[in-house]
Amino acid sequence: MTLVYIILILMFGGLISWIIAGKNSSLAKGIALLAVLADLVIIIGFWISVYDKFDLGSQQWLIDYRVEWMPQLGISFHLAMDGLSLLMTALALFLGAVSLIVSWNEISKNLGFYLFNALWLIAGIIGVFLSLDLILFYFFWEVMLVPMYFILAIWGHENRRYAGMKFFLFTQLSGLLMLIAIIALYFIHGKNSGQYTFDYFALIGTSLSAKTGLWLMCGFMIAFLVKLGIVPFHSWLPDAYTQSPTGGSILLAALMSKTAAYGMLRFVVPLFPEASKTFAPVAITLGVVSILYGAKLAYAQTDLKRMIAFSSMSHMGFIMVGIFSFQALSYQGTIIEMIAHGISITALFTVAGVIHARIQTRDMDQMGRFWEQVPKMGAITMIFVLATLGLPGLGNFVAEFLILTGAFKSNVTLTVLAALGLIASMIYALVILQKIFHGERRKEWKLTDLTPREVLAMGCLIVAIVWIGIYPQPVIKTAQPTVNSLEQNSNNTTFVNDTGPTNKMTLKNGDENMTMTRETSTFFLSLNKKGGGK
Amino acid sequence: MIYVPANMGLMLAAILFLLGLIGVLTRRNVLFILMSLEIMLNAAGLAFVVAGAHWMQADGQVMFIFILTMAAAEVSVGLALILQMHRHHKTVDTNVLNLLKD
Amino acid sequence: MDVFQLLWLIPALPFFSFLILSLSGSKFSRTGVGVFATLSVGISALITLIIGIQFLSSPPAGHFYEQTLWVWFDVAGFKPSIAFYLDPLSLVFTFVVTFVSFLIHWYSIGFMKTEEGHVRFFAYMNLFVFSMLMLVLANNLLLLYLGWEGVGLCSFLLIGFWYKDPYNCYAARKAFIVTRIGDTAMMIGLLMLVKNFNTLDIASILTTAPQTWSPGASQAFWVTILLLGGAVGKSAQLPLQTWLPDAMAGPSPVSALIHAATMVTAGVYLIARTHVLYELAPAVQTLVAIVGAATLLIAGFSAIVQRDIKRVLAYSTISQIGYMFLALGVGAWSAAVFHFMIHAFFKSLLFLSAGVVIIAMHHEHDIFKMGGLRKKMPVVFWTFLFGAGALAAIPLITAGFYSKDEILFFAMASTKGSTWLWLAGFVGAFITSVYTFRMVFVAFFGEQKHDIHYKPGISFKIPLIILGILSLIAGFIELPHTFGHFTPFSDFINTVFPAVQLIPEKEGLELTLQISTAILALFGVFLAWQLYMKRPQMVARFKETGFGKRLNDFLFSGWKFDWLYDTFFVKPFVWLSKIDKSDFVDRIYGGVANLNLYFNKLLSATQNGNVRSYVLGVALGAVIALTIILFL
Repeated sequence: MTLVYIILILMFGGLISWIIAGKNSSLAKGIALLAVLADLVIIIGFWISVYDKFDLGSQQWLIDYRVEWMPQLGISFHLAMDGLSLLMTALALFLGAVSLIVSWNEISKNLGFYLFNALWLIAGIIGVFLSLDLILFYFFWEVMLVPMYFILAIWGHENRRYAGMKFFLFTQLSGLLMLIAIIALYFIHGKNSGQYTFDYFALIGTSLSAKTGLWLMCGFMIAFLVKLGIVPFHSWLPDAYTQSPTGGSILLAALMSKTAAYGMLRFVVPLFPEASKTFAPVAITLGVVSILYGAKLAYAQTDLKRMIAFSSMSHMGFIMVGIFSFQALSYQGTIIEMIAHGISITALFTVAGVIHARIQTRDMDQMGRFWEQVPKMGAITMIFVLATLGLPGLGNFVAEFLILTGAFKSNVTLTVLAALGLIASMIYALVILQKIFHGERRKEWKLTDLTPREVLAMGCLIVAIVWIGIYPQPVIKTAQPTVNSLEQNSNNTTFVNDTGPTNKMTLKNGDENMTMTRETSTFFLSLNKKGGGK
Repeated sequence: MIYVPANMGLMLAAILFLLGLIGVLTRRNVLFILMSLEIMLNAAGLAFVVAGAHWMQADGQVMFIFILTMAAAEVSVGLALILQMHRHHKTVDTNVLNLLKD
Repeated sequence: MDVFQLLWLIPALPFFSFLILSLSGSKFSRTGVGVFATLSVGISALITLIIGIQFLSSPPAGHFYEQTLWVWFDVAGFKPSIAFYLDPLSLVFTFVVTFVSFLIHWYSIGFMKTEEGHVRFFAYMNLFVFSMLMLVLANNLLLLYLGWEGVGLCSFLLIGFWYKDPYNCYAARKAFIVTRIGDTAMMIGLLMLVKNFNTLDIASILTTAPQTWSPGASQAFWVTILLLGGAVGKSAQLPLQTWLPDAMAGPSPVSALIHAATMVTAGVYLIARTHVLYELAPAVQTLVAIVGAATLLIAGFSAIVQRDIKRVLAYSTISQIGYMFLALGVGAWSAAVFHFMIHAFFKSLLFLSAGVVIIAMHHEHDIFKMGGLRKKMPVVFWTFLFGAGALAAIPLITAGFYSKDEILFFAMASTKGSTWLWLAGFVGAFITSVYTFRMVFVAFFGEQKHDIHYKPGISFKIPLIILGILSLIAGFIELPHTFGHFTPFSDFINTVFPAVQLIPEKEGLELTLQISTAILALFGVFLAWQLYMKRPQMVARFKETGFGKRLNDFLFSGWKFDWLYDTFFVKPFVWLSKIDKSDFVDRIYGGVANLNLYFNKLLSATQNGNVRSYVLGVALGAVIALTIILFL
């Protein structure tokens, strides 16, 4: 039930702060923050309580909560948590809290609705991280989309409508393709086993012909590639990241893109082990192209947020490379990259937001020599710029090193190209630092340094990124069982359905599902398609 | 009773229908368009009757009565609309009344 | 108590000082900051000294000591630690780093007295010392890489210390990016090592590698060549040497510490540290020697025509590190380390003295606008002269003579050496003494051209004097066969390295070589005196000729390497990013959207609101449909 509470606290918190905001805006903000922090405390408490279990490394799933939802269709309300989803949930809550703190005074128009959207967005993200029923997963995937669209289109910058529409079209279309793949998988599995269910553990063993597997995987992959912002599906990303308000940019770049990476780790690789092997060279190539092309685009930008957006795209390339190398090292690297990139991108967008709040522009050509006036801001920015360019001792380095080490074992040439990203990332990252904080003063601005509230938020981020940089072992240990099962899974080229005792237990539950006739199933197929199309 | 070959009757119906259609296409006054529509309806009715007579079935006449009723209903609604149109736009010219345009 | 357990304090102290200064440096008084930073490094140096004495008097088992603080991370058996490894090699480096850093920090107290941002300066300097110590003390290559990037970062920060001038920012960026190119090669080398050995632990790689790889194995070839990439980047060797002359934009103590004494020799350390791998890849080892030989000549020729005193020194640094690479390449490991140590002393001395001169001349860098400083600044003159003597390898009395001579001898006599390599070093030695004494004569002799407004204080003088003395006497701990054969240094350090393999018939050449080098060095001084003091018009006239002018420009710009890289890498990249700023992929999607809009327009053109045209459409549609149904 803990998992349900985590999501419910956020949803109710969002509702309450929406209701209250009209009367007392600071109370509403307080409640929203409190809801996120309460969840964070719960999850960290839980982490500490189970931390020793990870040593054993046998049991992947820590909590498994499942009730029937629509048993006729084989849909259940199935939430579960393993090390990976634990880490991701904690990250979502941590960065969610930071995003609320740093945009404390940014939103004044329609505050209540903003808080509602922000909290529901976080709830949706966490739901994605926790759900193990494919329909539930899709549901949360959409729950995440709508509030984000509102945040972007209502509180965004000058070009928000265009960006919002683009974001919505890209993610919605790709999401529909995923839905089709989910339903197709459901029927194929139902036909093979006679048991029609959307349950993850049941579907994980579905044997597919090579061609079907590839097509279905593409359905999933498209959704994830779009959300991750991999070339050539990244086109919405710079606009959405740039036009969002600070809080929205953080949630979008730091968390929402991670749901895609999570989806690949949780669904694509285990559900389609062979297809993903076939697809791997393409995926890694796309990752490498994203790394290099993103870095090149980042270098060319003068809009600070746009530059950060492209830098994020470049780092997402590393995640692709990491996942599709199928090595324990690179899986761990990917997970650390998800966390470290989340933290560093949050900090960079915060800086962009802080600067924008002071001088009302994002154009770097109008900035320069800020260090003189705001050294604190400069120093903090520097730390995260260095994290972005992969300085050892900060989280991103550990992540990128592990990814490259793993990838090198599976594909030398592409890894070497990916490593060139280290040079490229330095080129654009230094531009951020030097154009804004060093060099000539291009315009007279009156700047004030960071407020204690901002310093507090940034301080937390600094502690987190340094911690991951010099002692990432807790993260690695927590993710180890998940990585083990992923590795085991991708090592079995001919995949057999025995991934552990937990699976079998849930399978037994799934047996109670009715079997459907062919006619009804076709009927529901068309029904679902229509329902999704609206 | 003079025997009229079925294809003659159908030919007449077709000619009537075409006349009506030409009227609809060329007239700009909604009232005349409505009248031309009536002609087309009558052509369809005639075709039914001819067909009924050809196969010695009463269905044709039944359908004609049905069409007649429908035409009456349609004319009443149509005329009412035309009246409203005239009241609102002071015209019944279809070239002016192009509010459906994109 | 076992003093070796204090090892972790050596890097930790500067790091804590960095933390304290960066968090609450503004609460200190102006000199307080400098004193605090200096003391932290000083105590580190002291601990190093204590540990060093302990190491000499009772060496630990196996001649190394290892201290693990914690496991960095542990994935699939790959388990790098935050751990330190002390053996004679790292001890020598640690000693030089802490000691020279201490003196330079001390000097900086006076140097930074009036500069703004002194807290930042000392914080960065401490961070640098920390990173450099991590580099030399790391027990695994990943931790070494941490230090490696850390020193790169500090170099970036300190070159751009005066951040208000865009040129300094450019120089800083250039240094960071160019070295990063090498670092990336090194990173790929590390990846290869992990793939092969599943560890980056230096000691275990060095023991496993000879068992797995036979000499000349292609794996060894690639690993060493990639590590060499890192080394040439950081040590400013061909082809990545272009950043170092520009790096002189930083304050003089920075140039002394980072760009002369310590960081730029990290490449030497890396190759020396992984010497076993290089012995498995003889081709690459030869390449190291060739790179060294080529660099020392190219940089030496460039140094002759520079006007900026710091640029002369920068090119001479590149050239001297070329000597170290030459030594590494011929397998004279200890000679390379020895030259590193001596070079650290005399080159930092030269930079520090130059720094005093520059301050005294109102930030004037051009040696031709100096002159006659000998009388006005006697202490600086003498220390500079000692340093210059050591750089030019003036025989017998300077330390540089002993270290450089050893290298030249091995370049000839080692089985991996050759006459050509020796010749390059030999010519290089001659050029070195010419450009060094050109600098001395032009800046310190002749008539005075500018007034000086500043007399160096005591905090300047003491470090200079200490380094000056070291530049003279430090060579006596390694005397060649020909005089006394007193070799405590190589005896100490050769517990790490194999001895140099000599060609027996060339062993006897040692004395001949020494005498010829000695004469050559003195001749170089004489030539410099002739050309720049007695007959300066000769040089001027040569520069007037078309060929002379072109040659001068060519050498002045560092053999046009900057131009080359600008044309082939920088400009295309900038051009590419300019033409594709708005991302062509986005245009494709934009195109799809526009196509939709176009069709939309096309279709909505039929929606003209004219009822009769709709009817026509219906009728035509019916006709077509009927035709299809009835006749097809």
